[in-house]
Amino acid sequence: MNPTVATVYRWELVKLRYQKRTYLGLGAAALVPIMFAVAIHFRHDRHGGDFAFSSYLTRSGLAMPLVILLFGAVWMFPLITALVAGDIFASEDHNGTLKTIFTRSLERWQIFAGKGLAAATYAIIAILLGGTVAVIAGSIESGFNSLQSLSGTIVSAPKALELVYVSLLVYLIPIATIVCIGLLLSTVTRNSAAAVVGTLMISLLFQLIGILPGLGGLQPYLLSTQFNAWQGLLRTPIDWAPIVRAAWVCAIYAGPALAAAFLVFLRRDVAGG
Amino acid sequence: MTVDSGPGKGDIPAPVGQPHGPPPVEVRGLVKRYGELTAVAGVDLTVNVGDVYGYLGPNGAGKTTSLRMMLGLISPTAGSVRLFGRDPMESVHALDGVAGFVEAPTFYPYLSGRRNLELLAAFDGHRAATRIEQALETVELCDRARDPVGGYSHGMRQRLGIAAAVVRDPKLMLLDEPATGLDPAGMRDMRLLVRRLADQGITVVLSSHLLAEVEELCNRVAIVQAGKIVYEGEITALKRSAGATYRLSTTDNERALAVCCAQPGIADVGIEQPVDAGAAQPGEAGRRAGREPARIRFAADEAAVAELSRALVEAGALIKSLAPQTATLEDLFFSLTEGSDGADGYPAGLVPGPAVPMRPGR
Repeated sequence: MNPTVATVYRWELVKLRYQKRTYLGLGAAALVPIMFAVAIHFRHDRHGGDFAFSSYLTRSGLAMPLVILLFGAVWMFPLITALVAGDIFASEDHNGTLKTIFTRSLERWQIFAGKGLAAATYAIIAILLGGTVAVIAGSIESGFNSLQSLSGTIVSAPKALELVYVSLLVYLIPIATIVCIGLLLSTVTRNSAAAVVGTLMISLLFQLIGILPGLGGLQPYLLSTQFNAWQGLLRTPIDWAPIVRAAWVCAIYAGPALAAAFLVFLRRDVAGG
Repeated sequence: MTVDSGPGKGDIPAPVGQPHGPPPVEVRGLVKRYGELTAVAGVDLTVNVGDVYGYLGPNGAGKTTSLRMMLGLISPTAGSVRLFGRDPMESVHALDGVAGFVEAPTFYPYLSGRRNLELLAAFDGHRAATRIEQALETVELCDRARDPVGGYSHGMRQRLGIAAAVVRDPKLMLLDEPATGLDPAGMRDMRLLVRRLADQGITVVLSSHLLAEVEELCNRVAIVQAGKIVYEGEITALKRSAGATYRLSTTDNERALAVCCAQPGIADVGIEQPVDAGAAQPGEAGRRAGREPARIRFAADEAAVAELSRALVEAGALIKSLAPQTATLEDLFFSLTEGSDGADGYPAGLVPGPAVPMRPGR
């Protein structure tokens, strides 16, 4: 039986299980919501801040994952995603193991696909884990209550929970783009630290461009803006426009990054290690 | 990577390892340039089924680069590589039946030795998984197989590298300096391991700096210098090609020297002054050593030596001692790789015999 992409994918997940960075990223995704809940618990005024859903934090635990998504977009989730995506090829260079796996019975495209899928899987797990922990921590702190939408309507708790998870899925669109950028930097730099930091820097650069005066026209097309696309789900009726825009804008960023990473990986000489 | 014609992707080569199929390794006109630097400058070599083939050369001669191209890890600038008739740059399936490593074997340090082998076996298709236990036994790593590779010594990693190759059930193994960095016991074990693999019918290409190891293990060698092959063929033929040299001492060395110079078939005649041993030794021993006579050195074949003996007796120079000096692979290696000051482009002391496939200056 010849090995397939699934073989690589399965073993990449096994390798992730043995690496500290995996637990560092997933630990951060789980810990931050808990820290939020603890902070709310010990806050004296308990009125929240002045950002979306902040005032609901003490009224419904279901606001917690949404606040985490809002704050996590700046650097937390891009960094957690980059921890694995930026490392997954570069670590092979670091360990000198590309020559080991390139001389087995797998084509390079199979290795690339398996690794890419593993990096994406890790990112999905991190986002869903962060969201789930936020739901649990928020519900323990503020109760599993109905949630007020951004349009001012009240959404029942079960419906709000459903919207939270769909929001997490929409959030995965820009996260997938971060994965692709991480894969590109991982293959090009061949250096794990450079790829992880570089991916985060690119994410922060988009944030910076978004706040520069005079560049407001670019705002809808920035990667950073797409991290807020899920908010369309919290309007009544649901506003699909930002979600659709996120899909094609992210595809424009992700497609070339992934294609370039693929070509670099496919054609590279393994001269070191 | 095709310059020469050869079996293409759609061709069906003879079964791997069959004596009458394509040779395990066939390299023609292989060149690798990095900008201005030419790492490999037109290598041609053929490794036949059952060979234990030494690939020798000083540091930076292009050995590892050549091996990387043979394994499809880097693309050649020109020339072709065929492994059992297949091009490793076209498809990874050209490496079916081929295993080995370049430079040090590498593994995932956070996985155990066994887990690493399981991963590599899975990457070969699950049939290989059944061979893991056997491979670990072959390299005597069973007792440390559950430990993370990060904690392995250099020698253990080298052995695990052999195990990773064995797991593929190879017909051809390409090993790049497998004994480098090992202690004497480790080197001996590695030598025995390679010998055992060769005895199992596996064709082995062994790149090495350790000339004694190559001389002991290999039947054929290629010596590479500055990216070019300066010799390819059997070690015995290489030794024969060097011609035998002799040391002669007679009752009248002056007359013997004149006879040697005049005698047909006697070449490279010279006087070898003894070391001034007397200066370093006190007393009678020193005086005796200091009186050691000079010896005449010359190169000749056996027939010429017989004629010379007769001529010396006729000239009244009686032979006190006549001893052949056999060149080691090390002598020949340095002779080939450290300058080329002999006649006809051959290094000094090397005389190509008629049946020797010697290819200088390629």
